[in-house]
Amino acid sequence: MKNNMIFAQFFKNNGLMMGSLLIGLVGFWVIVLVILPQLSMLDYSFRYNLPPAELGGPKDVYTLHNYKHLLYGAEGSSGTYNTVDLMVFVRTIIAAMLVTIANILMCYPLAYYLGQSKGSGFVRLLVVLLIIPYWINEILRAFALRIIFGDSGLINEVLMLTHLTTEPIDFIRQDIALYAGLGYAYILLMLFPMYNVIESLDRNQIEAARDMGASWARIHRRIVIPHAKPGIASGATMVFMLSAGALAAPQVLGGPSSLWFTQLVYQWFNDSLNWQQGAAYAMVLLLSTILIVLTLMRVFKVNMGDIGK
Amino acid sequence: MSSGVAVDLENVWIKFGDFVAVREANVSINGGDFFSFLGPSGCGKTTILRAVSGFLDPSEGRVLIGGNDMAGIGPNKRPTALIFQNLALFPLMKVWENIAFSMEVTGASAGERRKRADELLDMIALEGQGDKLPSELSGGQKQRVAIARALCANPDVLLLDEPLSALDLKLRQHMRTELREIQQRVGITFIYITHDQGEALTMSDNVAVMKAGVIDQIDSGHNIYDHPSTPFVASFVGENNVFRGKVSAVNGNEAVISTNRSGDLLARITPTQVGKMNVGDDAMMFIRPEALELGEAKPSAKTTISANVINEEFEGNSFSVFLEGDGGKSIKMSVPNLGQDNISARGENLSLHYDASNAVIMPAGDLASE
Repeated sequence: MKNNMIFAQFFKNNGLMMGSLLIGLVGFWVIVLVILPQLSMLDYSFRYNLPPAELGGPKDVYTLHNYKHLLYGAEGSSGTYNTVDLMVFVRTIIAAMLVTIANILMCYPLAYYLGQSKGSGFVRLLVVLLIIPYWINEILRAFALRIIFGDSGLINEVLMLTHLTTEPIDFIRQDIALYAGLGYAYILLMLFPMYNVIESLDRNQIEAARDMGASWARIHRRIVIPHAKPGIASGATMVFMLSAGALAAPQVLGGPSSLWFTQLVYQWFNDSLNWQQGAAYAMVLLLSTILIVLTLMRVFKVNMGDIGK
Repeated sequence: MSSGVAVDLENVWIKFGDFVAVREANVSINGGDFFSFLGPSGCGKTTILRAVSGFLDPSEGRVLIGGNDMAGIGPNKRPTALIFQNLALFPLMKVWENIAFSMEVTGASAGERRKRADELLDMIALEGQGDKLPSELSGGQKQRVAIARALCANPDVLLLDEPLSALDLKLRQHMRTELREIQQRVGITFIYITHDQGEALTMSDNVAVMKAGVIDQIDSGHNIYDHPSTPFVASFVGENNVFRGKVSAVNGNEAVISTNRSGDLLARITPTQVGKMNVGDDAMMFIRPEALELGEAKPSAKTTISANVINEEFEGNSFSVFLEGDGGKSIKMSVPNLGQDNISARGENLSLHYDASNAVIMPAGDLASE
């Protein structure tokens, strides 16, 4: 009943043509581009990797085999658990969290400055300067960072010229380049939601708190951060999800000994041509990150509706 | 908290680049007074308030609170509390947390804060509403919470930046009375910023009328209304009929102005200008609509104006009669409603007269733009 009214109102506001088009496009996007591919991945993840001849045959049945592989390794392997892959998974999640936290810490002061300086020309210039590097392809940016962090890269050159170090530091092997690359890859997705909410904060509230004797630390803790929470949550969700699911930065900047979980997924799909196994790994990553985000939202008392603001 | 703390502005100039927002302000506000700055928007009154609260420093001159120079003391260290035009209640905090925020700053325990907040909620007749969010309160209730929040810090001076402007008329009138009562109860100095002369006149002990960064007159509301010292004050505060002309005779504290269109008219010289006006000076004479009466004075009295009725409006408590004098001079008269059906008929020629002591004359100057 109520839904009918919403639809009637929707068509009234937009007209039948435009309304149908909007619903059609959104429906296409959500169903065809998002839900169906994920459902097919889900389906794949519960099947055996069979040669085409056996598809539909007696062996083509649903199984948890692919998920067991992540937990216990290949059948008949020596160890109890698949420690290698599980460690990669845990490391990926923890690193993505650290990248997210680092992004929050870096973006908050900047977002506060940009948001509270009321769109002066200088601020607009700063925002443009932040955006321009993102006109460059993600992989090219990753390679650029690889060069900068390389043995004879800019950073090592400067460190050696200033005699802070005698030998080049291997930023790649120590994963410093990877974290820098991941942190940089999605930082704008943290900055802009934060900037938007902080810009909407009434300056008088800050002044009122100041007038009542509050220190700057307290003003941030009691006024600005609570107000910015939806923006922080929205940015953190995106950065965490995308960092955990990043492929380009780990491929280009990752050390030889440290794999990112997405690289495992990629290897299953591309090198082993075992889509079923890859789909199971991808599903585990997807569901874990969603679960973590929902848990953290509950811990920090953020509603889904706030994020959409 | 009984005698109140005085606030003084000594030769205060406030400039933003080349723009002079406040020019040579000298104001002495007695402790415990309700003092208003009245002026049109953009006249610099809010700038003065910000200088007193410490959000900006005067370019020149001193701000003293209780005799102490406030230079270099930030807003968080001054004994002032500011109520913002939009109130600036913290929307994510409960009402009681809002009220007790200043105690949170000093490290009071939650119990102490809650107790004090409840006392203040009682005072503003909002007992039991402490656990609501500000968004759940009505406009007038938010207003009172903002006052309680400001009073919670026990400030010496309460600064109010047009806090009633967002309320509807009835509530605004009610809050005027309430603000005045609260001020008399707590006995601290209130500095009130407004463009609404009704608010300034009803609540204040003293009013400063400002125009474009300059304070034209500081006096009691009564004197501001009856003895305006400049044409701006005369035309900004209340309604006034203005007659322009040259002084043709001066006799003690009275003068005759030879107006361009309405002949010679007699009026009292405004107190600050007695002895300073000379024959031949450009002058302006002001008569309030309610000072005009129907009928002729003695021919020699030079206090009669004749005019044709253009229109009449019924205002409830009075009739406003709009007239056109000689040469198209527009004149407004206000007649109390004592049960008459009407005052005049359109096109009728009326003789109006006034008591010379109810008209003031002063050197010509800028009027408040309508």
